[in-house]
Amino acid sequence: MSQSVKHRSIRSLIKPKTMRPTVFWRLTEDIPKSLSTVLMVTSIALPLILWWLVTTLGNIEPTFLPSPADVLEAFGRLWSTRELLKDTVASLWRVGVGFLFAALLSIPVGVLMGSFPSIRALLEPLFGLMRYMPAPAFIPLLILYLGIGEEPKIMLIFIGVFFFNSLMVMDTVKFVPKDLIEATYMLGGTRWEALTQVILPHVLPGIIDSCRINLAAAWQLVIVSELIAANEGLGRRISVAGRFLRTDEIFVGLIVIGVIGLTFDLLFQYLLRVSCRWASQKR
Amino acid sequence: MFLEIHNLNKHFATKEGALVVLKDINMAIERGEFICAVGASGSGKSTLLRQIAGLDTPTTGEVRIDGKRVASPGSDRGMVFQHYTLYPWMNVQENTEFGLKLQGVPKKERREQASYYLNVVGLTKFARALPKELSGGMKQRVAIARALASEPDILLMDEPFGALDIHTKESMHEFMLDLWQRTNLTIFMITHDVEEAVFLSNRIYALGARPGTVRKEMVINLPNRSHTVKRHSIFHDYRDELMELLRRHGQEAVAAVA
Ligand SMILES: Nc1ncnc2c1ncn2[C@@H]1O[C@H](COP(=O)(O)OP(=O)(O)OP(=O)(O)O)[C@@H](O)[C@H]1O
Ligand SMILES: [Mg+2]
Repeated sequence: MSQSVKHRSIRSLIKPKTMRPTVFWRLTEDIPKSLSTVLMVTSIALPLILWWLVTTLGNIEPTFLPSPADVLEAFGRLWSTRELLKDTVASLWRVGVGFLFAALLSIPVGVLMGSFPSIRALLEPLFGLMRYMPAPAFIPLLILYLGIGEEPKIMLIFIGVFFFNSLMVMDTVKFVPKDLIEATYMLGGTRWEALTQVILPHVLPGIIDSCRINLAAAWQLVIVSELIAANEGLGRRISVAGRFLRTDEIFVGLIVIGVIGLTFDLLFQYLLRVSCRWASQKR
Repeated sequence: MFLEIHNLNKHFATKEGALVVLKDINMAIERGEFICAVGASGSGKSTLLRQIAGLDTPTTGEVRIDGKRVASPGSDRGMVFQHYTLYPWMNVQENTEFGLKLQGVPKKERREQASYYLNVVGLTKFARALPKELSGGMKQRVAIARALASEPDILLMDEPFGALDIHTKESMHEFMLDLWQRTNLTIFMITHDVEEAVFLSNRIYALGARPGTVRKEMVINLPNRSHTVKRHSIFHDYRDELMELLRRHGQEAVAAVA
């Protein structure tokens, strides 16, 4: 075939390389459980300790940076008056309703867009455009159309989640191997059966994951929506605290928001693990 | 004639213009034949099988099964794909049953049928395992069991034993021959393993590459179908003839590309 091509060795140019063993710098492999635990504790404990050190040693104005103890105290205060609970429930309710509607609509729309090039061609340009319009930029319009009650806040979350989630769900359908769908046809399956019994279960883990990511976006938007006009809510709590220079209460609000968000995230991860054992990386 | 392929041509549109992958393919296969199509990589074997399966339509020409023109995929043709096509969220048993489920077979019957074929391919013990817990060869055997469970008229297989070790391969060969002799199943199998083709089939189509054409049709008449026949001189003659044919056309194809 290629007998005529002369080959000159370039061995002198080749530098032999081998890998040195490592624990910390392992690339995508698992690290020992103990090391992983230590690192994870450090991740939270180190900033806390730094915060505590700076506020106790630094002689800093508490209205500028309150100490951990101040924040804990403010938390107790807001908790005992039940204000914190009311705020949390109000924010959770808005996120819950807005996100639920957005998810319930975007999942089928996304699956249809991913499965049918026709529906995709019909919707993708519009959705692609809408996605790049930041949801908070719709606030003036939402106030104009829906007033300042709960509706514009829920609608804001809906807008912020629906388009993103549709497009992300659509993308997960791309990863369904074509062979798998064709195998279904060869087994006598109809297009509908391929959609509901093959594509849907195959993209379920992807859907759960994209919902998890977009819930984080919804959680951010509820805070934004409450900065404008609200009687209660965690975002509202923060903006009021800011007005009265209650920096400790700002911290309480931020930490509660973060902890709730993280809890949701972990819940979704758990849901993914138990519902889609087949999709997990580990055997 | 059970399976007929008439003047089939298949072109693909590419950036460099139309790519002729299959050219003037004609085949005629009786019910109950075991046919192997051999050819080099890229000679259009998978493409040909897809036309028979109805997963793709020929540019010109047609495929007929039982006199009816093939226009779409269907469960009258069992298919074993070149790549693994098990449903990753179903265990082995559920995978094997899935076709029967789609075809409306009641639960009890499809359970028994699937169990039977899982036993046949030697995977009864793995009925509850997920595909990711199986080796490549085991996955392929599940795919074969799944195709057979629907009791198709014709079994289409795209290099089904390519990933198997020699011993598993031999036992699969025995199994295929036994199945073929017991039933009236028509088998159309693609392979690039010349010995496999000679050992299994009663007729071989040797395909030339670029574009894929039928270079030769070879009827195989072996004295018997046991493993000892592989030491028989008739077996060697068939094999050498086929090897020589493919080698010659391989060189031509390379020369044509250069
Ligand atoms: N959808 C497609 N679009 C364009 N070209 C294609 C398409 N499908 C196949 N081809 C081309 O057709 C030729 C034959 O492909 P095919 O997969 O049928 O080969 P094959 O004989 O099955 O090879 P192998 O033994 O490696 O599986 C290749 O050159 C491939 O690039
Ligand atoms: Mg192929």
